[in-house]
Amino acid sequence: MNDSSTGRSGFPPAYLDRVGSSFTDFLATAAPDLLPGRRPVPTAPVGDLAPHGTTIVAVTYDGGVLMGGDRRATMGNLISSRDIEKVYPADSYSVIGIAGAAGIAIEMVKLYQVELEHYEKIEGLTMSLDGKANRLAAMIRGNLGAAMQGLAVVPLFAGFDLDAAEGNAPGRIFSYDVTGGNYEERGYAAVGSGSLFAKNSLKKTWRPGLAAGSATRTVVEALYDAADDDSATGGPDPVRRLYPIVYRVDAEGAVRLTDAEVAAVADTIVTERAAADSGTTTREA
Amino acid sequence: MTVPYYASAEQVMRDRSEYARKGISRGRSVAVVTYADGVLFIAENPSSTLHKVGELYDRLGFAAVGRYSEFESLRVAGVRLADVRGYSYNRRDVTGRVIANAYAQTLGAIFTEQMKPYEVELCVAEVGDRPETDQLYRLTFDGSVVDEPDFVVMGGQAEAVTGHLRQHFHPGMGLADALEVGVSALSAVSPVTAGATHGERTRLTAAQLEVAVLDRRRPKRAFRRITGAALRTLLGDEPTPDAVADAPATPAHAASVPEPGTPAGLGDPANPDTAGGAQFDEYDDHDEDGGEG
Repeated sequence: MNDSSTGRSGFPPAYLDRVGSSFTDFLATAAPDLLPGRRPVPTAPVGDLAPHGTTIVAVTYDGGVLMGGDRRATMGNLISSRDIEKVYPADSYSVIGIAGAAGIAIEMVKLYQVELEHYEKIEGLTMSLDGKANRLAAMIRGNLGAAMQGLAVVPLFAGFDLDAAEGNAPGRIFSYDVTGGNYEERGYAAVGSGSLFAKNSLKKTWRPGLAAGSATRTVVEALYDAADDDSATGGPDPVRRLYPIVYRVDAEGAVRLTDAEVAAVADTIVTERAAADSGTTTREA
Repeated sequence: MTVPYYASAEQVMRDRSEYARKGISRGRSVAVVTYADGVLFIAENPSSTLHKVGELYDRLGFAAVGRYSEFESLRVAGVRLADVRGYSYNRRDVTGRVIANAYAQTLGAIFTEQMKPYEVELCVAEVGDRPETDQLYRLTFDGSVVDEPDFVVMGGQAEAVTGHLRQHFHPGMGLADALEVGVSALSAVSPVTAGATHGERTRLTAAQLEVAVLDRRRPKRAFRRITGAALRTLLGDEPTPDAVADAPATPAHAASVPEPGTPAGLGDPANPDTAGGAQFDEYDDHDEDGGEG
């Protein structure tokens, strides 16, 4: 019996049977072939054959949290995409950024979005932010076999905590490792190949309690610094008008900053860097 | 030796129908009414947590009457089917027809094969890009499915409510007008409103109603509940100062929770009526416009 279609007798028994609000758990019984973690793991490393996404950064600010990602995907030494999007809204109050094997990562994001929406529809309530972070950890854990063959997916998760106690910052960031380890970060975090440089940049520019505007600048500047030193991270591309994707999550929900907003910030940074550098690079012949 | 008990198939079906009909008619009514911007669900339901109306998918809503445990499991099955289909195909490939067919098959199988039929009546509503493409499917306990125009009424005194709606319904009404027509139709038969002073029936209040819309103007998930202050304003109820103080827009815990259907990036958790990019003032404007249409 094909479980994902409705036969002569309507819903297959699994649809009517168990009471559960997790979409992933339901798929595991009704249509396990749709789950990314249930496929045979490749026997040889295939990391260089699949596009990989690179750097994602997230910072908290006084009203919530910001997450940004560059636009590059690489395949070995090639640039496989210049305009890939690696930061997605997970639901109304959280965002997810992905580094690692792009195909699996995007599938995982899609599944995760349905997971959150499914819970919301069945329960009539939104999952707590910690609950969302845990569900994501479970998904990453299921990918460990593929990760060992070069198809690791490492997300960064951030959201606005609607249940935050008085006095606690509502914007929270969670990072993960390939084994599904889930760590709450203080203030800022970065993942992906350029994360080392991005974190070093944030260490100098980020301070607790920044306003949204200054925090956006730290995000774009961190991505600029990562692109400066990491060949797999793309910098702002004024020729094609491609700029990092930045999401802001505050009490109003998650919104993507417009390209014009991000372009303005990126252009300011480029201009300032050029001005600072002008004295050192010119050499009289 | 036991003599096998014989009853004709006709008799068995008639008994089951009667049993199901009796169960359904004990419950309170639900009206699903189309209006200018989509589909409006109005249920007489004093509980704010045991819903009779729910979201199935981006453009699909669900309403039911009858036995709660039975229609709740059907609702969950519908959400699962929609989500599995949307996940494995595309979000646009989830249609009301698919879900309505699955319900019809399931209810039909239960009606013929099980001792006790489900005592439920369902409506699957789909909102399209234009009013002509809105669909209302009514499903009865025996698995019959009917595609109804304009409105669907189910439950206790469906006949009387339908009669009332037939008199007052106009296609293309604004939200406030559609709500007014629907609520007065439900109030006309509700036992709650009977026996008021002077023999006049009162109207059902916001606390006795569960109201939701599928609003075609909303970007992705069209379903939105209208609760608390937003509902009172829409109903034109003048809240007394006490009522305002006593009744926050949403219950204490739910205040921290966005309404189901809040699409990404939009919506104010403290104010359920702004969720989804619809400007707050658009309601005022729109209802007046719609009323003339």
